[in-house]
Amino acid sequence: MAEVSVRKVVKEYDGGVQAVKGIDLEIADHEFVVLVGPSGCGKSTTLRMIAGLEEITGGEIWIGGDVVNDVPPRDRDIAMVFQNYALYPHMSVFDNMAFGLKLRKFPKDEIKRRVDEAARILDIGMLLERKPRALSGGQRQRVAMGRAIVRNPKVFLFDEPLSNLDAKLRVQMRTEIKKVHQTVKTTTVYVTHDQIEAMTLADRVVVMNHGIIEQVGTPQELYHNPTSRFVAGFIGSPAMNFLPCRIEEAGGGGLFVQSGSNLRIPIPAARTARYAPHKNKEMVFGIRPEHLVERREVGKAGFEPVELLVDVVEPMGMETMVHFFVDGAPVCARIDPATHAAPEEMLALTADMNQMHIMEKDSGKVV
Amino acid sequence: MSASTQANSLHRQRQWALYGSYAALAVFVIIFLVPPFYTIITSLKSSAEISAQDGSPWMVKNPSLENFWYLITYSNFQTYYLNSVMITAVTVVVSMVISVLAAFSLSRMGFWGSGVLSTVVFLTYLVPPSLLFIPLFQIVGSLGLINSVWCLILLYPTLAVPFCTWIMIGYFSSIPKELDEAALIDGANYIQILTKIFIPVAMPGIIAATIFAFTVAWGAFLYPLAYLYTSNQMVLTVGIISDLIRGDVFQWGKIMAACLLASLPPIVIYACLMDYYVAGLTAGATKG
Ligand SMILES: Nc1ncnc2c1ncn2[C@@H]1O[C@H](COP(=O)(O)OP(=O)(O)OP(=O)(O)O)[C@@H](O)[C@H]1O
Ligand SMILES: [Mg+2]
Repeated sequence: MAEVSVRKVVKEYDGGVQAVKGIDLEIADHEFVVLVGPSGCGKSTTLRMIAGLEEITGGEIWIGGDVVNDVPPRDRDIAMVFQNYALYPHMSVFDNMAFGLKLRKFPKDEIKRRVDEAARILDIGMLLERKPRALSGGQRQRVAMGRAIVRNPKVFLFDEPLSNLDAKLRVQMRTEIKKVHQTVKTTTVYVTHDQIEAMTLADRVVVMNHGIIEQVGTPQELYHNPTSRFVAGFIGSPAMNFLPCRIEEAGGGGLFVQSGSNLRIPIPAARTARYAPHKNKEMVFGIRPEHLVERREVGKAGFEPVELLVDVVEPMGMETMVHFFVDGAPVCARIDPATHAAPEEMLALTADMNQMHIMEKDSGKVV
Repeated sequence: MSASTQANSLHRQRQWALYGSYAALAVFVIIFLVPPFYTIITSLKSSAEISAQDGSPWMVKNPSLENFWYLITYSNFQTYYLNSVMITAVTVVVSMVISVLAAFSLSRMGFWGSGVLSTVVFLTYLVPPSLLFIPLFQIVGSLGLINSVWCLILLYPTLAVPFCTWIMIGYFSSIPKELDEAALIDGANYIQILTKIFIPVAMPGIIAATIFAFTVAWGAFLYPLAYLYTSNQMVLTVGIISDLIRGDVFQWGKIMAACLLASLPPIVIYACLMDYYVAGLTAGATKG
């Protein structure tokens, strides 16, 4: 059990690619932190530097109170689960899990006790004699986790452990990983590009982009208070709608979001002070699809009527996605499946402007 | 209805494909088995029966093991055999140790120039041995090893190592990088990664390379012919010919029997190693 601390860490690969451009991250003991971001943003690189599989170009990495920059992986007391499992193909499940303990010269009965315990947690007791090739993808994934658990390391590192599984199994294993973490409570760093995985698993989510950290926060914080357009667009599915806009003043001190020529929505009074400095500038208006609902609750503070021309209707069962175009920009609303929405017709919506976001057009900074 | 017709026609197509392949295989089997068959038949005949004009050369009237017995008790033949076994064993062990270590470092340690080096290793294999034996003669001579089994023990690995290394690089490179990383994190050092992960996983490659090194040493003809001349240092390939052909007298029965005895070790080795040659051993390491 240990805290992990990443300080001003830079990674430059041969050939001058800066994969990680100076990141700071403090991970508390027992914490489950998820690194998320688009492909190539440096998540794996960061994780592999913590593991000691990549050298660090600059900065420091601390595990459990020690700088580990020059400590080889085997002495960092970490365990890693790989995307492709990396099981030893010629060893039985038992030997796969026992390998690390055998190399560390644990007594036989202690090895057996630990493997049995891990097998019990992961429910793979009946597979211990099998070779990896006789296992399904989900079972292999479990064995890979078992190999990490038996070592009882300071830190677990996961690099996209679920992305080779099919959708249903992924959801199941996700729950299982969460359960395992609740049981063993080992500090965990988990890499994924799937923001739903990030939101469901994490105590805190680290959103990375182009080798820097965009934002760190609990899933709720990232969802409700993204600090940049990137995070606002990355977290949440379907993604937030973005419309170019201007903040304009109405008579009586109220503010409006004016997008194009037709869309004009009042901004809640509670936010006037916040947005007033950005009046009459080119800004971006953001609102999540789930905050555009069919007209019902107009009248409550911040719930404003909007009328849009329907382009496509996608029923999903639990909900229906309705797509529109506002001056060429796509907008999506996530509404009750009992909708009357039909293509080429106007649909009366309510925008929950209490959940709106305004970003600077150039920097993408949320104001 | 239409589905079952289709299944039927598929079935029939499959059958024809099967007949076709059996026919082709039968042709190959016959072509490949005729020479060994003829060898066996001849080795069982006496010299008189071989030179007899009547009767088919494909039949044996009075089979006898006389030729074999002669060879087994012939001390020169025993020496050739022992020399061949010794030279081959040392060659195989030395070549495999060198090429496994070389392939491991070339495929995994990624040091400066390792990529170029792997290519060069293979290119050296492409140089024909028949071009090399004259310059090598000078080298061997300056080492004072002419007419000594030790010159072959020195030379054969130089022939076997490049190709064995190349085979092993191929096998080692197909082992996913994550496997070494997992082992590294599990606490293994490079030697342990090699012995506990790479060698067992690449066993099919090691066996292929072993068979190659064995064949190089066991079957070589040019080098012993060029470098050895006394019968106490001689090996089987050249010894059989030089000893059993006296002037223009070919002792066919004994030559054939000697060939059969000389083929015994390769046959035994192939049969034993093939049992361990479990292809697709890497299956299951990763997603697959
Ligand atoms: N060995 C390497 N040599 C050079 N560049 C590399 C190397 N490994 C990764 N990179 C580069 O570093 C950047 C970050 O890579 P990284 O693997 O960390 O991305 P990632 O966030 O894990 O992406 P993904 O979701 O696709 O796995 C990428 O631009 C990649 O091309
Ligand atoms: Mg990655």
